[in-house]
Amino acid sequence: MSEDTIHIPNPKSPPPLETAQLTGDATAEDIESVRVRTSVFVYEWPVRLWHWVNALAITVLCLTGWFIGSPPPSMQIAEATHQFVFGYIRFAHFAAGMIMTVGFFGRMYWAWAGNHHAKQLFIIPLFNKHWWKEIFFEIRWYMFLEKEPQKYVGHNPLAQLAMFGFITLGSTFMIISGWALYSEGTGRGSFADMVAGWFLTLVGNSQAVHSLHHMGMWFILIFMIIHIYVAIREDIMSRQSMVSTMISGTRTFKDDRP
Amino acid sequence: MSEIETFYDVMRRQGITRRSFMKYCSLTAAALGLSPSFVPKIAHAMENKPRTPVIWVHGLECTCCSESFIRSAHPLAKDVVLSMISLDYDDTLMAAAGHAAEAAFEETIEKYRGNYILAVEGNPPLNEDGMYCITGGKPFVEKLRHAAKDAKAIISWGACASYGCVQAAKPNPTQATPVHKVITDKPIIKVPGCPPIAEVMTGVITYMLTFDRLPELDRQGRPAMFYSQRIHDKCYRRPHFDAGQFVEAWDDENARKGYCLYKMGCKGPTTYNACSTVRWNEGVSFPIQSGHGCIGCSEDGFWDQGSFYDRVTDLTQFGVEANADKIGIAATGVVGAGVAAHAAVTALKAAQRKTQTRTEKEEA
Repeated sequence: MSEDTIHIPNPKSPPPLETAQLTGDATAEDIESVRVRTSVFVYEWPVRLWHWVNALAITVLCLTGWFIGSPPPSMQIAEATHQFVFGYIRFAHFAAGMIMTVGFFGRMYWAWAGNHHAKQLFIIPLFNKHWWKEIFFEIRWYMFLEKEPQKYVGHNPLAQLAMFGFITLGSTFMIISGWALYSEGTGRGSFADMVAGWFLTLVGNSQAVHSLHHMGMWFILIFMIIHIYVAIREDIMSRQSMVSTMISGTRTFKDDRP
Repeated sequence: MSEIETFYDVMRRQGITRRSFMKYCSLTAAALGLSPSFVPKIAHAMENKPRTPVIWVHGLECTCCSESFIRSAHPLAKDVVLSMISLDYDDTLMAAAGHAAEAAFEETIEKYRGNYILAVEGNPPLNEDGMYCITGGKPFVEKLRHAAKDAKAIISWGACASYGCVQAAKPNPTQATPVHKVITDKPIIKVPGCPPIAEVMTGVITYMLTFDRLPELDRQGRPAMFYSQRIHDKCYRRPHFDAGQFVEAWDDENARKGYCLYKMGCKGPTTYNACSTVRWNEGVSFPIQSGHGCIGCSEDGFWDQGSFYDRVTDLTQFGVEANADKIGIAATGVVGAGVAAHAAVTALKAAQRKTQTRTEKEEA
C-alpha cells in the first residue's frame, strides 16, 4: 500500500485488525475497543417506524389535546364563517388519533409477524422467576445499589413492564376513550359509534369520559419524561447502545464481558 | 266501539274543531321527523284507538317534569294528554285526592292489567326500607313495584327517574335509585332532562300511541329521535366554537356578540338533548341562546360533574378543587423533579467513581 492511503493513519500505530481498518485519529485503545464490541440486530424497520410515528402522533395529540381542554385566547381573524382555528386544532387531534390507532394495530400485527423482540410489548413473562429477578436487579440499578448494569438485547424487564403499562395499556385506553369521544360528533350508527360508543354508556356521562381521557394524557406524558430520561441515561451509563438502536435497529455492546 | 273514549272523542268533547285536530296531527308528524304520509296515520290512530291508559306516579322529585309537560306548545297536546291522564291516575294533577285517588289507582291497574303505561316522575329511595318517600301511607318503592308489575311499558320522566338527579348526587344519603335499577323486567324508556322538554314528552307519548310500540331507543334507553345528538351538534353558536371565538368572561364583548360559551363551562358538548333544535316555551329560547352555558341536566350524574362553570371537571377525590390538569401538572412536576434528582445523583456518582479511580491509579 502506498504512503498516501488513508488506511494507514499513523505510521507508529500497531497493525490494525483485519476486520477493523480504522481511519483518522484511531489509537491502539480504539482498536482494542473495536475488537471487544459486538452488536446484534433487534428492531426491524416496522418497529422503528412505528416508534417514531407514534412519538410524533403522541406529541401532536398532547399539544392539541391540551388546547381542546383549555382553548387558546379568542382570535378575531375574520368572520366566524371564514375562521376555523379551533376546528383545525381539533382536526389535527383527530388525524393524529387516527394515525396512532392505525399504527397501534400495525404494531400488534408486527408482534405476530416480526421477530421475537417485537412481542415484548404485548407478552409479559409473569411466571418466569428469572424475569422477576432481573426486575429487582434493574430497580437496584436505578437506586444506585448496583455498580454495573446488565446487558439486554431487547428491553430490560423493568422497561418492558413500563412499556406494557404505559404504552400498551395506556394507548389502548386512550384509543378506546378517544374513539368514544369522536363518536359523539360522528353520531349514532357511525363507525366510531359502533366500535367505541359502548364506552360512553359504560362510564355513563360524557363529561366523565372527557376527564378520564384528559387524565390519560398526563399518564402518557409522565411516561414520556421517564422514557426519554432513561433512554439517554442508559445510552451514557449502560454497557449497550439505546437511542441509536431505535434509529438503526442495531444494538451494540460496549464490552464483551458477561 | 270501545268503551274507552278515543283521543279524537276527547278533543271533540273539549270543543276542538276537526281542522285544529288535523293541524295537531301534522305538527306531531313534523316533530317526530315523519313524512307527511304519516299525518293520516296519526289521525287514524287518534280517531280509532282507545286511549292508552297512563298511570303517572311521583317519587322523590320536584314536579318540574309535570310543570314542563303541561306547557307543551303543541296547539292541543296539553288538552289531549292531560285529559288522558286525569281520567286515569296522576296524584298531582287529578281532581280526586286521598282514598278516592288511591282507589282510582288500584282500579286502573285492575281494569287495564298489562295494557297501561306507567309514567314515573322521580325515583324511589331505597335506604331505610324506602321510608324517605312515603305516598299513600306506603314507601314509594312499594307503590312503584306494584304499579310496574302489570304495566305494558314504563316511561322514566326526567333526570330523577332516568338517572337519579340531585337526590342521588354523592353521597346520596337516601340511596335514591333510578327506576331501571329497581324494575328490571319491563321495557323502560328514559326521557331525561331536568325537566325534559315539553314537546319531547308529548312527542314520546304520541309516538307510543300512534305506533303502539316504543320509539327507537339508543344504548342508554333514550328515544333516539330526541337524544341521539348533543346540544353542541346543533347549537347555533357552533361556528364560533370552530372558529375559536369564545366568551372569556361573563359580560365581556364576546358575550355580547354571542360567541361560544365553551370556556364558561358549557356542557353542550357532553349533553344529549334536543334543546338546540326544539328549544323551550314554544321554541322561544334555550339556555345557550339566553347567554348561559348548558348545565348538562339530561346526563347521568350531572350533579357530580363538578362546577357548571368549569370545562375541565374538578376531581374531588384528589382534595379540594383539583382537576385533571392540576393533578397532571403536579404529577409531572414530581416525576420531572425526580428525574432531575436522579440525573444529578448519577452525575455525582460517576464523578466520584472517576476521582476514585484516578486516586487509586496515582496511589498504585
